[in-house]
Amino acid sequence: MPPVDAAALIAGALLALGPAALAFGGRARGAIHAAATLLCLLAAETGGAALLTGTTTTLTLPIGLPWLGARLALDPLAAVFVLLLGLGGAAASLSSIGYYRHDPAPLRSLPFQPPFLGAMLAVLLAADAFSFLMAWEVMSLLSWALVMVDHRDAATRQAGFVYLAMAAFGTLALLLAFGLMAGPAGGYGFDAIRALPPAPLTVAAILGLMLLGAGSKAGLVPLHVWLPLAHPAAPSPVSALMSGVMTKVAVYAFLRVAFDLLPPAPWWAGSAVIVLGAGSAVLGILLAVVEADMKRALACSTIENIGVIFAATGLALAFRSGGMPALAALALSAALFHALNHMAMKSLLFLGAGAVLHATGTRMLDRMGGLIHRMPATAALMLLGVTAIAALPPLNGFASEWLVFQAVLASPALPQPALQMLVPAAGGLLALAAALAAAAFVRLYGVAFLGRPRTPEAAAAPEADRATLAAMGALALLCIGAGLLPGLVLDLIAPAARQLTGATLPAQAHQPWLTLVPVSAARGTYNGLLVGLFVALSAGLAAGVIHRTASRRLRRAPAWDCGFPQSLPDSQYGAGSFAQPIRRVLGRPLLNARETVHMPPPGDPSPARLTVTAADPAWAALYAPLGRGINATAAYANRFQALSIRRYLSLVFASLVLLLLGLALWG
Amino acid sequence: MATLPIDIAHLMAGGLVLMSFLMIYQDRLSALLDVFTAHAVVLAASVAWQAHLQGDTFHLYLTALIALAFKAVVIPMALARIVRRLGIHREVETVVGTVPTMLAGIGLAALSIVLMMRLTAGADPLAREDLAFALTVVLLGLLMMVTRRNAVSQVVGFMSLENGLILAAAGARGMPLVVEIAVAFSILIAFIVIGVFLFRIRERFDTVDLAALDEVRGDRA
Repeated sequence: MPPVDAAALIAGALLALGPAALAFGGRARGAIHAAATLLCLLAAETGGAALLTGTTTTLTLPIGLPWLGARLALDPLAAVFVLLLGLGGAAASLSSIGYYRHDPAPLRSLPFQPPFLGAMLAVLLAADAFSFLMAWEVMSLLSWALVMVDHRDAATRQAGFVYLAMAAFGTLALLLAFGLMAGPAGGYGFDAIRALPPAPLTVAAILGLMLLGAGSKAGLVPLHVWLPLAHPAAPSPVSALMSGVMTKVAVYAFLRVAFDLLPPAPWWAGSAVIVLGAGSAVLGILLAVVEADMKRALACSTIENIGVIFAATGLALAFRSGGMPALAALALSAALFHALNHMAMKSLLFLGAGAVLHATGTRMLDRMGGLIHRMPATAALMLLGVTAIAALPPLNGFASEWLVFQAVLASPALPQPALQMLVPAAGGLLALAAALAAAAFVRLYGVAFLGRPRTPEAAAAPEADRATLAAMGALALLCIGAGLLPGLVLDLIAPAARQLTGATLPAQAHQPWLTLVPVSAARGTYNGLLVGLFVALSAGLAAGVIHRTASRRLRRAPAWDCGFPQSLPDSQYGAGSFAQPIRRVLGRPLLNARETVHMPPPGDPSPARLTVTAADPAWAALYAPLGRGINATAAYANRFQALSIRRYLSLVFASLVLLLLGLALWG
Repeated sequence: MATLPIDIAHLMAGGLVLMSFLMIYQDRLSALLDVFTAHAVVLAASVAWQAHLQGDTFHLYLTALIALAFKAVVIPMALARIVRRLGIHREVETVVGTVPTMLAGIGLAALSIVLMMRLTAGADPLAREDLAFALTVVLLGLLMMVTRRNAVSQVVGFMSLENGLILAAAGARGMPLVVEIAVAFSILIAFIVIGVFLFRIRERFDTVDLAALDEVRGDRA
């Protein structure tokens, strides 16, 4: 069977699991999630196989628009994301077998989760604008239903509302973008769009609309506000899917349009993408640093990683418009590699956060602590995840971010002086984001897993279920494998880079010691295997030396109490205290972070209070005025609700005359 | 005089526009109904002349006959009966004064002529000016509907608007009879429904002034 047929069958089967869930009820939840896991693994196999052969297969189904049908295609670009979706979806579905074990209302999520995967797969396969938008909208609506699983919580309902509004806005932007691409002739097939490239200014307009449409789904600043609300509100496997996979589907949409369907854009379009990406990276990770809620912090870190991916994509656009396909391939490979890596590590972290939430009943970091003793396996896997996402070698996060920086360092080759100045500045922002990411994840891991339990629930937390641990273990293996052997991953995604940029990185597999050589050995090399060996050997050696030479004699002495004579768990270093330095330095200008100390006067027995507030600047700067404007317009338009018949007729008449007048003047 | 038939056609279409202006000018209901009758008669004559010009078009003769029968006889008589039974034949019921309405009507006529002359530059001169006149009649009918307060005169405005549509269709050669009959019947049915409603409104509120309906609805515009 051609790969596209197999992928279409898998998408159909995943979509059909929804009705099956309704038919069998909650009893079959284990079987349905197991089926979804298998189907996702098949999808990953199909994507990987299509990528290895590097071929494009197409299929036309007799559904959809009558004269168009539903066109599907599996080319290397789609295959990369099918692989990503398959791996992320399999892990999330596997973990769902355990996660929903004690769910009292399984039918709130079960009929939606496998079809959500199927809809995302359909987006990746679609090869005409109609099927694409249809699948995109189904994906949005199903994910909305999954966000609303816990709909009794007012915060969840609020998150669902914001998400729905943003999703509708995003789809509207995509609709306009595809309308512009189809042109007056209305060629909605992707091949028809490729055959008739639009004018340069139209290209820029389409890219702007795609940034709005795909960027709002991916969580690009300033369209990110729904993401820290909606991703954590969903059940944790769904959070993993939304953060790990759905944001990548949005990245796919942008790549598909920007590189495949459109001719090279003007250079300043690329620079806009770079600026937005770098800004998203810094603001997203800053939000994660000050966030007190574990899952929200993870969602904010998704904004950061999407920013990194978009910055690399913007670089690729700039190199492409400058006529440098090899460097464009480098930047694009970095973006694709980081997308794959982020899927693995963010899914791992969200599944772990779900296990912690399940065990402690809270998402607040300051109500956890000491979980490493109660949940050792989860803690070990989470440690791998935070190390990977903090971009520490030898794991995969470092490899892909290193590749992004290789692309940044190649920017002097660009012809435009503005870009030559802009790209290093963006590189600086990305470096800042990487450093802040390390701080954010040290904080997240340290406060949640180390120290002493802050609440009785944390002290009695049970270990995660085996299905979730298995899923996390598989993802951790992916993180380690892609970190140690980045060259093999780059060789795997090389057909996609060639399809989009016309060039590829030099083949990595035959390099000695599997060293990563993106441009040339003189420009920079990285060998994950050797670094990993060095880290393992030196750490093992140090541990051995310490164990051998340290005294085993038992000593008793008063423990150092950090200056706190009362050893309450609350006196430990907490999430807020860890974030304080960064919050004071960067949070004050960027997040409007404020600390107010309420000190009761002498004689007043009430306790002193320290109140810390920080707000996402996008709300105050963009969304609050927008909301007020919409409300004012609605209040004004409300007057037209209750006119007399004659006045309605007058409105019709006036608009008719106005249109005729316009026709007479400019027709 | 090769252009004489076309000139006569224009004369009749122009006559229809003139009748529309006369309708706008009338501020008493009984006089309005009389002018509406004349409007329909001119329409019937105009359509009949078109039929004569276009040759073997039995359809258009039939259309003219339908227009004459329904619009010049049945509907005006029924409306006159309604007006008499409601006792409103002397009511002055314009919302906007006559002079501003006439000025607006002149503006609309100018607009539609400019528009049609520009849009149909390549078309047959007969259809071209007919279309301009027809658009004028339609716009004047709408103008009448929005400047009158009484439900009866809104019905009349609607009917005159429809006359404009028939004029346009007759000029445009080849409108099938089915469409014309359907239009004529739908107008008749609309007329019946509106008539029934008028009496209903009258029974409830002792007036057919639309402002009374707004008060009953409770929310003020």
